Amino acid sequence: MAKYIIKRFFMMVITVLVIATLTFFLMHAIPGSPFNEERGTNEAVQANLEAFYGLDEPLYVQYGMYLKRIATFDFGPSIKNPTQSVNDLLSRGFPISFELGMITIIVALVSGIILGVVAALRHNGIIDYVAMTVAVLGISIPNFVLATLIIQKFAVDWQLLPAATWSSPAHMVLPTLALATGPMAIIARLTRSSMLEVLTQDYIKMAKAKGLSPLKIVFKHALRNALMPVVTILGTLLAGILTGTFVIEKIFAIPGMGKYFVESINNRDYPVIMGTTVFYSTILVFMLFLVDIAYSLLDPRIKLAAKGGE
Amino acid sequence: MIKINYENTRELQKNKEKMVLEVRDLHVTFKTYGGTVQAVRGVSFDVYQGETLAIVGESGCGKSVTSSAIMGLIPTPPGEITKGQVIFKGKELTRLSKKELRKIRGSDISMIFQDPMTALNPTLTVEEQLTEGIKQHKSISSAEAKKKAIEMMKLVGIPNPTERMKQYPHQFSGGMRQRIVIAIALMCEPELLIADEPTTALDVTIQAQILELFEEIQEKTGVAIILITHDLGVVAKIADRIAVMYAGKIIESGTKREIFYKPNHPYTQGLLHSVPRLDLKGKALEPIEGTPPDLFAPPAGCPFTARCPHAMEVCEKVMPRSESLSSTHSVDCWLLDERAEGMRLA
Amino acid sequence: MKQPKTENQSSSQQIPDEWFKPIKKDREKAENVVRPSLSYWHDAWRRLVRNKLAMSGLIFLIFLSLMAIFGPVFSPHSASDINLPNQNQPPSTTHFFGTDELGRDVFTRTWYGARISLFVGLAAALIDFFIGVIYGGVAGYKGRRTDSIMMRIIEILYGLPYLLVVILLLVVMGPSLTTIIIALTVTGWIGMARIVRGQVLQIKNYEFIVASQSFGAKTSRIIRKNLLPNTMGPIIVQMTLTVPTAIFAEAFLSFLGLGIQAPHASWGVMANDALSTILSGHWWRLFFPAFFISFTMFAFNVLGDGLQDALDPRLRK
Repeated sequence: MAKYIIKRFFMMVITVLVIATLTFFLMHAIPGSPFNEERGTNEAVQANLEAFYGLDEPLYVQYGMYLKRIATFDFGPSIKNPTQSVNDLLSRGFPISFELGMITIIVALVSGIILGVVAALRHNGIIDYVAMTVAVLGISIPNFVLATLIIQKFAVDWQLLPAATWSSPAHMVLPTLALATGPMAIIARLTRSSMLEVLTQDYIKMAKAKGLSPLKIVFKHALRNALMPVVTILGTLLAGILTGTFVIEKIFAIPGMGKYFVESINNRDYPVIMGTTVFYSTILVFMLFLVDIAYSLLDPRIKLAAKGGE
Repeated sequence: MIKINYENTRELQKNKEKMVLEVRDLHVTFKTYGGTVQAVRGVSFDVYQGETLAIVGESGCGKSVTSSAIMGLIPTPPGEITKGQVIFKGKELTRLSKKELRKIRGSDISMIFQDPMTALNPTLTVEEQLTEGIKQHKSISSAEAKKKAIEMMKLVGIPNPTERMKQYPHQFSGGMRQRIVIAIALMCEPELLIADEPTTALDVTIQAQILELFEEIQEKTGVAIILITHDLGVVAKIADRIAVMYAGKIIESGTKREIFYKPNHPYTQGLLHSVPRLDLKGKALEPIEGTPPDLFAPPAGCPFTARCPHAMEVCEKVMPRSESLSSTHSVDCWLLDERAEGMRLA
Repeated sequence: MKQPKTENQSSSQQIPDEWFKPIKKDREKAENVVRPSLSYWHDAWRRLVRNKLAMSGLIFLIFLSLMAIFGPVFSPHSASDINLPNQNQPPSTTHFFGTDELGRDVFTRTWYGARISLFVGLAAALIDFFIGVIYGGVAGYKGRRTDSIMMRIIEILYGLPYLLVVILLLVVMGPSLTTIIIALTVTGWIGMARIVRGQVLQIKNYEFIVASQSFGAKTSRIIRKNLLPNTMGPIIVQMTLTVPTAIFAEAFLSFLGLGIQAPHASWGVMANDALSTILSGHWWRLFFPAFFISFTMFAFNVLGDGLQDALDPRLRK
């Protein structure tokens, strides 16, 4: 088990390194200096600025400095707004985005699994049919479309809930709803199909032959096995939710990290872009790592495979 | 190879009064998109305490459906018991509510499945899977359940039961897993054990070991066993009585000696000729040509007519009646009618 | 139950004696009546046609493609001409879907948007297919160390949040349709490569079987009857499901202002422009692009699901 974790951890570090390197060289592949477009900056000011940001050094030195800064989690100052560092932006925006993301994934998991299980247990029934049509719709409607629809209906037409900012639980309902519907639909579909598959397994027949109650069969024998595939796609879902926060934060005017990220792209604020990208990726890769470990805890066969691999 | 073992053919008369299970005129159908399949079409048999009844037949003949029907495990829909009774120790099982049926299932009647690789839940420990049934059926403490589980693991011949119980199914070999499946079935000390092709998925050497285990268990516990199989070798080894099923019907039944030495139905004869035997050297193996009839639309007469070497006009048109050759041996075949005298082969 | 009641009703006396004569054996009769053998594709198509949801998806997509090609041609209005006096007109007989804040015809713009969406979706699916086939094919065919290294690379790439990478590339290369397609395929081919590799490994097994049994002449038949259905099925399904992902990504990026730029009409751009209209009540400006994004994705998703069911050889009986 320890060996498995170490191996996964190693993979995680490599992935972050790849992303950091990719980000760095991509950013430096952009022709010209980031200060070129600025009107009113003369050559001297520009040289000064470049020296300040270390842009006058050879590329490999810059790369080394960059890696060192990443290792210490210091992403430097913003270019457009030199008084604040990227770290400031992250510490302000991240807690909000994290909250939004976590509430979303929990809502999506709980409702998606319930929907999927009910649909599977009522296979080919009306509930199954309705649930799965809703699920395909949920996958098909882009979150930004859903978000605008939700605002139109709940906030403008019916005036039920506030449509902007992130200041109270009531403010959280609509953004979460808009962001969670897609992942929920994916989870529901996957849970249903894997539950249907599990329910035909011999060990379910055996559990029935033991005289166990239907509830026990579903919860103890079927669900745990049916949820394995759901755990494996959690990483992808988290990535989707994370990028989803960009639009959701934009639409609902939530001062999260996604908002700063989109702004930094529109402003060509390279340190912010680089910092947020690396930060996002690290968070995501770390989540994938946690998901992997969770999976190996759920499935006893994986532990042994890691042990046996010696 | 079949080596017929007569040592375990017990005195059946002695146990006659201790009937465990009585199946009467059982009909099971399945509704599918293509139509209604008449999977079991009027099956009757008895099972007595301490004996092994083998139900033999090709795949699709309805033998597994029969066992599911006894357990009340026919998935409804699409399946349905349309007619007949399953009487277990005086109780009519087909009339019981689901809840009442669950009390019997796994406690008084247990089942062993074909493939031990898939019959155990990969995510639960062996101990959990052994003890959950008994905890459900009997008011028993966890410690007692565990003690019972260790006892059963010992009975089925798994070394170091205390430690191995904490392991997961994938840490056992196929043969060991089948032993665990058997141990699970025996946990509540059932009076009837239904074994559906219990050795088909195993290696030949392991098969022999598992069959010996069945004999041993039966000796120790007196459990009645219904053995569902297509393998006459298995039947020869441990069955006391045999029912031969074809196209949803039992076409011949009798003691092992009667079926192996005095088979009367052409299908039974064909079955016996299609497997190698030590005691009938020099006879060439003859497969039965053709395939069983479509159970979407079963024929009006004897279902074996199309493949039968002695088929008569009557066979096509009318279902043969059951003829008793002895108190234990009965055959459904028109060849036994006096008018077919000339047709019978020596 | 209609059970022949011969057992009880007809006693042996009622059965005429002449029935107790051997019948002529018709050996053919004993043989199994073989189910009429349909070709794999025919069979799959039959199953697909029976799936009403998938078929309505297919019909919608055909309609959309036709409108994307001919819609702008037949419309008297241009997609980009600004006509300020005519701004924010509700749907009418001159402007079927109304006009936007610059007086542009939403109907015409919607079909331009369809062109972009379908083009992005199909291009991404095709490029994914080619890269995936080459990468997965090489990994699967070479096997051993090449395979394990190539799969390790995939594992690392798989950890990359793809929209983030796409955004980075857009920042570097500047927003345009080409950039979006390139950016989408940078990580998009991974799923396809995995599937192709799996299929190639299977093919290798088949080759082994074919060689060892020296079927020789029958190889082509095996490929046609067994291999193609087994390999093409998952690949077609994967391609069908790539399209809505790409369409979503384009709309998403354009919505964020990172994708297609004005005056081009992409559904994402139109939705973004219309965002401010929620309060002003110009519902048509948001409704039409939103409706078509959602329904196009819906159509591809249900078609993909339908294909999956129709092509899955395991479901064959």
